[in-house]
Amino acid sequence: MTAPLLRVSELSRNYADRREALFAPRRVTHALEPTSLDIHEGRSLGVIGESGSGKSTLVRLMLALDSPTTGTVEFRGRAVSRGRRAAWFRRQTGIVFQDPYASLDPRMTVGRIVSEPLWGLRIPGDHRQRVLEVLDQVGLDAEMAGRYPHEFSGGQRQRIALARAIVHKPCMLVGDEPVSALDVTVRAQILELLAGLTTELGLTLVLVSHDIGVVRDLCEDVAVMTDGRIVEQGATAHVLAAPQHPYTRRLLDAVPVLDIPDAPTHE
Amino acid sequence: MTLRARDLTVNIGGRTVVDAVSFDVADGDRLGIIGESGSGKSMTALAMLGLLPDGATATGSIRLDDREILGLPDRELARLRGSRIGMVFQEPRTSLNPIRTIGRQIMEPVRIHQRLGRAECRSRALELAKLVALNDPETLLSRYPHQLSGGQRQRVGIAIALAAEPQLLIADEPTTALDVTIQAEILELFDRLVDALGTSLIFITHDLAVLQSIVARALVLERGQVAESGSVEDLLRAPASPIARRIVDAARATSWQKPEAP
Amino acid sequence: MTTTVPIVRQRGWARTFIRNPAGVFGLVTTVALVSCALLSIVWTPYDPVHTDVLSKWHPPSSAHLLGTDNIGRDIFSVLLAGSRVTLQVAVGSALVAAVVGVVFAALGSLTARWFREIIAVLIDILIAFPTLLIAMMLASALGGSIMVVIVAVGISFGVNVGRVSRPEIRRVSRSEFVTAGIAAGLGPVRNLTRHTLPNVAPVFIVQLSWCMAVAVLAETGLSYLGYGAPVSTPSWGRVLAELQSYIGIHPLSVVWPGLAITITVLGFNLLGDGLRDATDPRLGRPEVITA
Repeated sequence: MTAPLLRVSELSRNYADRREALFAPRRVTHALEPTSLDIHEGRSLGVIGESGSGKSTLVRLMLALDSPTTGTVEFRGRAVSRGRRAAWFRRQTGIVFQDPYASLDPRMTVGRIVSEPLWGLRIPGDHRQRVLEVLDQVGLDAEMAGRYPHEFSGGQRQRIALARAIVHKPCMLVGDEPVSALDVTVRAQILELLAGLTTELGLTLVLVSHDIGVVRDLCEDVAVMTDGRIVEQGATAHVLAAPQHPYTRRLLDAVPVLDIPDAPTHE
Repeated sequence: MTLRARDLTVNIGGRTVVDAVSFDVADGDRLGIIGESGSGKSMTALAMLGLLPDGATATGSIRLDDREILGLPDRELARLRGSRIGMVFQEPRTSLNPIRTIGRQIMEPVRIHQRLGRAECRSRALELAKLVALNDPETLLSRYPHQLSGGQRQRVGIAIALAAEPQLLIADEPTTALDVTIQAEILELFDRLVDALGTSLIFITHDLAVLQSIVARALVLERGQVAESGSVEDLLRAPASPIARRIVDAARATSWQKPEAP
Repeated sequence: MTTTVPIVRQRGWARTFIRNPAGVFGLVTTVALVSCALLSIVWTPYDPVHTDVLSKWHPPSSAHLLGTDNIGRDIFSVLLAGSRVTLQVAVGSALVAAVVGVVFAALGSLTARWFREIIAVLIDILIAFPTLLIAMMLASALGGSIMVVIVAVGISFGVNVGRVSRPEIRRVSRSEFVTAGIAAGLGPVRNLTRHTLPNVAPVFIVQLSWCMAVAVLAETGLSYLGYGAPVSTPSWGRVLAELQSYIGIHPLSVVWPGLAITITVLGFNLLGDGLRDATDPRLGRPEVITA
């Protein structure tokens, strides 16, 4: 087995809540229990779990957007840390967030938003040209570069966010519930776009979702989380067909099944 | 109990958010309303209880048991709310009053509409808490909303809606904000209760799989208009309108279907 | 592949501003204030300090546009000259408040939590001191002057601006677009300047326009108490203070400085509101496409 692209070792995150009384001990929330995970280049991983499962925490720690309480993150064998010295790492990763209404600065034009990683990471080259290229790849018109986020629908905003995530040609793309806030019809389009881009650009994909349907088609591997830890992981087809852990079974049983009469069976 | 809506139209600030919507709900009947965001489904529900936001005008007709309730003065509508029509809202975090105990909030509709004494109200509240399958109801009644989980709060919301024994229950996306395992429990609760109490149900959702699990008949709304209506089976088998086709296709692409075990 | 990209521009903020009558009113009054101040440096109808006891209490006439006061000064000239002080106080305080506000804002977001808590406590202590008290403390040390008014109002408002901006800054820095900025490689300082501050700017703008308004009012009170402009310098506050005891006998004389103060204060407020609305891209400014 080749070395993993990204390795997470015993990564954990605790939050200390405010003290109830002056000398009372602080309550500690264990958002993520010590977790280890390998992400292999060129593969796609889905991280599924319900709210409070720690999946978003795990992903943010993985991308050095938050500091872990314990544990390390290594990218291609090199340790990743927060702060100024993370630029080499940030060049390799792009992220799309859940809320299309909060992840774009309302005071900046689309063009500036998309080009942000280019000037943030001081990448040389013609930024304007690159922005137009990437807008085209996500299915947006060039003239949209001069407009403001509030003029666009949720689905279009996620396309903008996606453009921003790939503009600097990273090798890994992370989506933190990228379609949860979108209408069902739009969801399908964005997922299709994501699938297309992943293949076309040879990206390693990490997709966090509470919705199994989202992960099912897009991700070869899946990790199931609850209560801050990964309880099951493996190839998506196997885990979904024959879940081993009781929580996974409960989760899969709970998802409402769409029974389409006379519809072709799945794949 | 019969509810009959004809050409219900809601205008907000010059925009038509509900456009000539008509439907019928008979006694013990279930009707689903499905649509995307902005399709007008929530506004339709709010119009029935006279809970539209300021500046909204509603025209058309809503007849509850042959009595026109659209345009009734608020005082009259207040008598209907809770006792004839109950409503469950989407967001369990904000639909409960954070500074009152659960018990008092459940008791409130009972006190207002049925004028029972203190002790009787409390036992009714206990009864309702057990009805919605809340664990340890005695202790829970004296707790505050923030001490409960999302699923528990939604159960409380259902208890409040059913407290004064309404004949019609309107549920506006009641499970959208919940985790999937909790959603399954709440849906099962709805199903069981509505059957047992003989209440009519209007269930609003954007999720086709959820719709199918709880109602047999539904309206598809798009931009305030009824794009299609009929049985859910027909809708899934052969959607006629473009929006219904898009919704079914999208749901098929992202929905969960248990694969064959290896 | 080079393609000519049509340039799509939103209507500029200046043109949006012009369409707002309230904002334009504020701009007009502010420009009028500045004009009066500049004009009065070179010319006033009469010497504002010149007293002519024989012509006291003349009603408005062609010779004295607004009449004369209790010691024969031409009220119009006094008001013209006084506008200089008003302008200095308003602009000076706003500048001091802006600097103090930005410093506190930056401290509040770039530093560690314990430091932030200390700053928060300091701010609350400073706020407990009323502006007048700070002014009197400064005046007793440095002597009464316009500078005292400017610094006193500037600091106490700046502290307020900092305090009001803190939750706004906290809210904005928790936004996902700021996290996205970190993911795009921006350091904390660049994130602050590119994302946080422009989004906090609307709150700032309104606060500063308020500050200017309050400064004008404060100058009135401080001059009345003798901590403001010295007796030799004409100021609206001083005139108002001196004439207010005659309000029963010669009400019109008090109306003029009062009116000047009121219109100026209102103008500052409306200007601030207008600017804030005009610079918010979200408030619907349709496009102008130029090929």
